[in-house]
Amino acid sequence: MPGLTAAVPAFGLALPEIVLAAGALVLVLIGAIRGERSVGLITGLALALIILVGALVFVRTGKAVTFNGSFVQDDFARFMKIAALVGSGVALVMSIDFWRGERVDRFEYAILIVLSTLGMMMMISAGDLIALYLGLELMSLALYVVAAIHRDNVRATEAGLKYFVLGALSSGMLLYGASLIYGFTGSVSFGGIATALKDHNSTGVIFGLVFVMAGLCFKISAVPFHMWTPDVYEGAPTPVTAFFAAAPKMAAMALAVRVVITAFPGILTQWQQIIVFVSIASMGLGAFAAIGQRNIKRLMAYSSIGHMGFALVGLAAGTTEGVQGVAIYMAIYLVMTLGCFAVILAMKRKDVYVENIDDLAGLGRTAPATAFVFAMLMFSLAGIPPLAGFFAKWYVFAAAVHANLYTLAVIGVLTSVVSTFYYLRIVKVMYFDEPAEAFDPMTPVLKVVSGLSGAFILLFWLWPAPLVTAATAAAKSLF
Amino acid sequence: MYQAIVFLPLVGFLIAGLFGRIIGARASEVVTTAFLMAAALLSWIAFFQVGLGHHEALRVQVAQWMVAGDLKVDWAFRIDTLTVVMLVVVNTVSSLVHLYSIGYMHEDPHRPRFFAYLSLFTFAMLMLVTSDNLVQMFFGWEGVGLASYLLIGFWYQKPSAVAAAMKAFIVNRVGDFGFSLGIFLVFVLSGSVAFPEIFPKAEEIAKGTFHFIGYDWNAMTIACLLLFMGAMGKSAQFLLHTWLPDAMEGPTPVSALIHAATMVTAGVFMVARLSPLFEQSHVALSVVMIVGATTAFFAGTIGLVQNDIKRVIAYSTCSQLGYMFVALGAGAYGAGIFHLFTHAFFKALLFLGAGSVIHAMHHEQDIRHMGGLARKIPFTTVMFAIGTLALTGFPLTAGYYSKDAIIESSYAAHTFGNAYAFILLSITAGLTSFYSWRLFFVTFMGAPRWDTPHGHDLAVSHHVESEDDSHGSHAHAGDHGHGHHEPHESPLTMLIPLGVLGLGALFAGLVFEGYFFGHAYDEFWKNALHTGPENHILHAVHEIPAWAKYSPTVEMIIGFVVAYIFYIQKPYLPRQLAESQPLLYRFLLNKWYFDELYDVIFVRPAKWLGRFLWKKGDGAVIDGFGPDGVSARVVDVTQAVVRLQTGYVYHYAFAMLIGVAALVTWYMFGGAH
Repeated sequence: MPGLTAAVPAFGLALPEIVLAAGALVLVLIGAIRGERSVGLITGLALALIILVGALVFVRTGKAVTFNGSFVQDDFARFMKIAALVGSGVALVMSIDFWRGERVDRFEYAILIVLSTLGMMMMISAGDLIALYLGLELMSLALYVVAAIHRDNVRATEAGLKYFVLGALSSGMLLYGASLIYGFTGSVSFGGIATALKDHNSTGVIFGLVFVMAGLCFKISAVPFHMWTPDVYEGAPTPVTAFFAAAPKMAAMALAVRVVITAFPGILTQWQQIIVFVSIASMGLGAFAAIGQRNIKRLMAYSSIGHMGFALVGLAAGTTEGVQGVAIYMAIYLVMTLGCFAVILAMKRKDVYVENIDDLAGLGRTAPATAFVFAMLMFSLAGIPPLAGFFAKWYVFAAAVHANLYTLAVIGVLTSVVSTFYYLRIVKVMYFDEPAEAFDPMTPVLKVVSGLSGAFILLFWLWPAPLVTAATAAAKSLF
Repeated sequence: MYQAIVFLPLVGFLIAGLFGRIIGARASEVVTTAFLMAAALLSWIAFFQVGLGHHEALRVQVAQWMVAGDLKVDWAFRIDTLTVVMLVVVNTVSSLVHLYSIGYMHEDPHRPRFFAYLSLFTFAMLMLVTSDNLVQMFFGWEGVGLASYLLIGFWYQKPSAVAAAMKAFIVNRVGDFGFSLGIFLVFVLSGSVAFPEIFPKAEEIAKGTFHFIGYDWNAMTIACLLLFMGAMGKSAQFLLHTWLPDAMEGPTPVSALIHAATMVTAGVFMVARLSPLFEQSHVALSVVMIVGATTAFFAGTIGLVQNDIKRVIAYSTCSQLGYMFVALGAGAYGAGIFHLFTHAFFKALLFLGAGSVIHAMHHEQDIRHMGGLARKIPFTTVMFAIGTLALTGFPLTAGYYSKDAIIESSYAAHTFGNAYAFILLSITAGLTSFYSWRLFFVTFMGAPRWDTPHGHDLAVSHHVESEDDSHGSHAHAGDHGHGHHEPHESPLTMLIPLGVLGLGALFAGLVFEGYFFGHAYDEFWKNALHTGPENHILHAVHEIPAWAKYSPTVEMIIGFVVAYIFYIQKPYLPRQLAESQPLLYRFLLNKWYFDELYDVIFVRPAKWLGRFLWKKGDGAVIDGFGPDGVSARVVDVTQAVVRLQTGYVYHYAFAMLIGVAALVTWYMFGGAH
């Protein structure tokens, strides 16, 4: 029965996602049976699951499509999925000690992380608007809960609620945009939309695109859809913030790239304007607003807004080089942000977590190694050569310049100068201010994470080839 | 040989300057002095070979300096009579001053530096006088300026010395600016900066014109005037003279070497060297003559009333430089250089004699606190007297020949303004005689005024009274009181140079008159100095009336007699005269109020402008709109942006909707094409 076999999609292509979904269900079962005592076990299993899935993603190369075009597996997906899995995994590892210290034993946390990661992977591989929405919602629903998981904490619940309400709004916008696009092109698959737009385009499609982009920009916290970011970053428990800052950004950025590149190549000049606007607004706000911050997590929120702006500079170019820049930028950003949060998680004094920049005073003397790594991370975030952050910016700006987006590149460089101020202020506080009381000793996990991150950004210039080659392959697979 | 003459001082400078701390002060002194002695000996040999012998003028190429398009500059020596005369003057005086300084500076802890600077100066001066092109001359010109600056400010702990050094440098910049413009213009006109290429084109250039600010000027006149501007600065001529008296803040040997015998005569040398150009422009020659005559007279009048022993001699130098320029303006280049030559001997003698007096008086420089020194320091007194005789032009001394030659030239010249020059110079001869003998009488004759201790209070009050007269409170004067000690004769190292210079002051004129400005003129100079076809000054000076010929001598005698009456016979007279003519007295004492005038015209506006640019321009505008302004705006923006973050969900939602609405509106009305 050839007809039947043809109707059965190639499940094998989605093996990592299937494993992850099945694994999550198993974890839920274990949790349901064993209760609160199973936190350690479930977290360990979740971690193992993520590593296993990562390995599965890693071994598969090449491009293939299944589920009637809803699911795309290519080098770009592979690159971004690994980034998202790294983000999820590291965030999960870093959270273990935190939850233990806070005496919060909830096995659901690890499961929610796994589920949202599943959502991310589906987003990254989404080949049509339906898959896009399903993946996005799966990720978001898990994130809403994760944000509010510290339910005894007022600020955490407030942050979760805000995120949920605004997330719902953005989902609504995205859905509305998707329906407009479908209405005007008669297709939900990205390929179909691109084909339909080849012959003609209409204002309706562009409206739809605006709404879809609004929804995606919300997820990557780009201006003006960023307002939730500082509050959630500050209010949520720090490991949650670290997770928010890392993995979902990879997925959302990957989705945004895939949508505009594969579904709307015909109206590049139109969506380019949206991206340029959002990019400039994000870079500007990220640079200026962070200066006024006293809370390090809030500062990281604005910093991430700015960095998403920089990454979008690459996307605005709309070229292979631009997408390559985005991929490199996101990967380096992921490493930097995980390293930063490892240090922020170590800001613990007599078992109480502190979050103010002033608490870092004199870290250069009380904990020289930590201070050095953090200072390097700050320099890297500011984009000072020869650290990795510089190359990240260099690739996206080079792409923008080659695409004749000079204004965008110049504004990007200028805002990067402004943002240098607050990064350097942290360095100044650590090295030149009177030492505050020393922090508690760092846990081994945080040491490893911050050490790896520091080593990566310090030594990236020596051997950038693996990352750059992978990013090039990823970018090529989209065109 | 010529390389050795020029570069021996440089080697001395490098040794004393770089290794002075290691080899010690004594070794630095010996090395630099010995090198200078050797250079001086070689210079005299060169003088006899080139000047008195029959050696042709020659060019010694040392190295190529730079080539840029048409501009080719070499390091090269032009050896002719003019050069060797200057070599003799510079190296002789310099070596004697080196020797003298060993005694004079023996208490100073920074002797290696001092001797290094002296040798550096000598090297730069030698580069200047031997140069074969304008650029190398400018190199030497600036080099001597630098050395002069360093040596005036040698006692850098003294604020007045630092101020004087800056003043010398800045005033010289004004002249140098003109000089460099002159070099540029000469290059534009002739396409070269090398003398052998410029001089043959002089006549051709003189016919050309140069268009500037709407007029066509004679190209040669403009070029010569610009070059002369440099000479005015370096040789402290009227309007650019203010730095020279202040330069007396430097150690006295420096004053003798740089500010009397050599550097200040660089302007005279330069005009003489460029005589082929100046001969082509009567206007320029007139300007040279009038400026020179004015300077001679003006400086002479100020010299009448000054009380600082070095300042009197400094104004005298200024005045004598004026004489030299008058000679140049008259076309009597030989006379000008002759006076330069003799002046170097007797003025260095006077300065070193003054140094000996100051040394004897334990760094007292005010002649009102001297008197009767003849008995205490007889040798110095005799030498000072010889110097004074030579300066005033006493018959048969050096100054007699050269100065009379100048005054006669000014009478005989056909240059416009020669009558003015002749009258002023004759009067100045009298003034010179008066102030020179006044200085001599007050310092060495009469009743001693140093054995009545005047103490520091008095010294302070006299400071106030004589305004910025320096008082010689040197860095190392701390262990000396004022006037409490017996004056003592100077050590041998200081007396030998005095003796040598004394011989020069007596006989340099007698011996060399025939060569410099007499019967052997042509054989001696051999075209080193150019005189145009209608310039017959050499013969004209012999045909002037007898009264003109003897007028300077008469003036000299009158000056001497008046000084004798005023300061020996009736010492109360000067005070009476000063009190009866208070306005004139103050006018002269305050040096015609030039410093005050310049202060109002240049210094204060410049400072005001500087302050304005600093406070308003840089502080308010550049910093205000630049770094400070930008950072302030950044903070403003930050505050505004942070205020948007209210924490209310509906504000956040509103912002999202506004964003979408803005994008949609953008596409509806403009973006979607």
